[in-house]
Amino acid sequence: MYYVDLAFNGLVFGCTYALMAVGLTLVYGLLRILHIAHAAVYAFGAYIAVIVANGTGSIVLGVATAMVAAVLLGTAIYRLLYQPLLNYPPYVPMIASIGLLVFMEDGFRIAFGEQGLTFVRNPYPTELHEFLGLTVNTVQIAIIVAATVCLILLAAFITRTRIGIGWRATVSDPRIAESFGVDAIKVRYLNFAIGSALAALGGALVGLLNNFVEPTMGFVVSYKALAIIVVGGLGNLQGTLIASLALGLVESYGTIFVGHFLDRDAIAFLFLIAVLIARPQGLAGMKVA
Amino acid sequence: MSAYVTSVLAVIGINVMLAVSLNMITGFCGQFSLGHAAFYGAGAYGAAFFAAAGSSVPLSLLVGIVVASLLGLIVGFASLRLRHDFLAVTTIGVSFLFVGFVRKQSWLGAEMGISKIPPSGLGPEGNTLLIVACAVVAIALSLYISRSWMGFGFRAVGDDEDTARTVGIPVARYKLVAFTLGTGIAGLAGGLYSYFTQFIVPDSFGFIVSVALMAMVVIGGTGSTLGVVAAAIILTLLPEMFRFVNEYRLLIFGGLLVLAMRFAPDGLAGLGRAIVTKVRGS
Repeated sequence: MYYVDLAFNGLVFGCTYALMAVGLTLVYGLLRILHIAHAAVYAFGAYIAVIVANGTGSIVLGVATAMVAAVLLGTAIYRLLYQPLLNYPPYVPMIASIGLLVFMEDGFRIAFGEQGLTFVRNPYPTELHEFLGLTVNTVQIAIIVAATVCLILLAAFITRTRIGIGWRATVSDPRIAESFGVDAIKVRYLNFAIGSALAALGGALVGLLNNFVEPTMGFVVSYKALAIIVVGGLGNLQGTLIASLALGLVESYGTIFVGHFLDRDAIAFLFLIAVLIARPQGLAGMKVA
Repeated sequence: MSAYVTSVLAVIGINVMLAVSLNMITGFCGQFSLGHAAFYGAGAYGAAFFAAAGSSVPLSLLVGIVVASLLGLIVGFASLRLRHDFLAVTTIGVSFLFVGFVRKQSWLGAEMGISKIPPSGLGPEGNTLLIVACAVVAIALSLYISRSWMGFGFRAVGDDEDTARTVGIPVARYKLVAFTLGTGIAGLAGGLYSYFTQFIVPDSFGFIVSVALMAMVVIGGTGSTLGVVAAAIILTLLPEMFRFVNEYRLLIFGGLLVLAMRFAPDGLAGLGRAIVTKVRGS
C-alpha cells in the first residue's frame, strides 16, 4: 500500500502544480512572457485566504476572496508591468517579473512576519477518510476535486464558448484572430484573470493542506511550474496538465529512490533536464511555435 | 585600511568579477543565464575541497576554475540546443540542482558546508589585494574582448543567431567559448571567496544570488562592461552604506529590477548614452 500512498500524494501535488502552471502556460502562449511573478499571485492568494478566514471564521469565504483579489492583482500586473514592455525583447519582461516576485515575497515577509501565518480554525487536514484502503484527508480530496472541476470548466470554456474560441485563435495567431474581430486586449485580461484565480486557489489550498502560509511558499513552486510548462510544450494546455501530474509522481517516488543524494526540489529540474535532452521541444511538441 | 574596508573591498571585487563574467555570457553573447551562482559555487567548492585537503593556493584556485568552466561547458552545450526561454529556465534549473546536490553530499559537508579551509597565507589585506587585482584583470579582459574580433562575433550571435551563421560566424564555437570563459572567471571568484571567508555553505550560492548578479548586469546595461561594473559596485555598497537597506535588501533589489526594466531597460549605460547624446545635441 505504501506505493499507492505515494502515488496518491504525487497526484495531490501534481494537481496543485497544474493549478499554478495553467495560468503560466497561457500567459506564455499569448504574450511569450515567462510570467515568473505568477508565484507571487499564488502566495498572495494563500495570504488573503488565511487573513480573511481568520477574520471571518469562514474558510470558504477566505478562498473565494483570495480568488477575487488575485484576479485584480493579476490583471493589474498585466496592465502596469507587461503591457508597456511588450515591444522589448522577451528577457526585459522576464527580468521585471523576477524582480516583482522577489519584491512581493519580501513585502509579505515584512508585512506578515518571517514565521508565516496559520489558520486559527482549520480541522480539515486532520479529518481522515478511508478510501479504497487509502487514508486521505479532506484537503487532499478538495485539491483533487477543485483541480478536476476547474480544468474541466476551463476546457469547456475554451472549446465551447465564442470568447474561448477567440482566445485560442489569439494564442495561435494574434493578427489573423484580430482581423476576424477577436478583441485581443480583452483576451489578455481574461487570460490573466483566469490564470491568477486558479493560482490563488492553488496557493490557498496548499496553505490549508500544510495549515501554514509563509512568504517564500511561491518561490520553489514557481520554478517547478516553469519546468512543467517547458516540459509540457510552452503554451500547450494538455501537455502542461500531463507534465504537472507526471512531476508530482516523479517527485513522490524520487524522494524515496534518489532522496539521499538529491533534495526534493532539485528532482524537478533533473526531470526537466532529462526531458529537454531527449526532446528539446518539450514532451507534447510545440503546438504554438 | 581598517578590517571593515578590507572586507567590503573584497566583496566588491568578487561581485565585480561575477557580474563582468555573467555579462560576457549574457551581455555579449545574448545567452540568458540565470544560474551563474552555481558556477560561482562550483568554483568555491572545488577550491575549498582541495584547499582543505592541503593543496597549495594556486592549485586550489586552478581547480576551482576548471570545475566551474567544465560545468559551464556542459551548460554551453545545452545552449546549442535550446532557444532563449528554454535556456533561461534550464539555467534556473542548474542553480537549483547545484544547491540541491551539494546539500546532500556528506563529502562536501552537506548542509554544514566546508569550514576547515586553511588561510591563504596572504593575510586579510593580501587577500583583498589579490581579489581586487583579479577583478581589474577581469575588467580589462572584458574590455579587450569587447573590442576584439571575438567580441564582434559574440555580439553577432547575441543579436541574431541565424544571420550570424549565414555570414560564416561559428555560432556554436563562440557560445561554448563565452560559457567556458565566463564560468571560468566565476569559478575563480568562487575560489577567492573560499579563501576570503574560509567557510562556505550551500545557501551562499542559491538562486537569489543568481538573480542579484543578473540584476547587476541589467541595471548596469546589458553588454556594457563599465555600466555593469558600476552597477555591481553600487548594488554591493547600498546595503553597506544604509543599515535599513540591509533589512529590506531583497525588497529593494526586486523593486529596482522592476523599475529598471519598466523605465530604463538599457540600464545605467543606456541612461549615460542618452545624456551624452542630449548634451552633444543641444
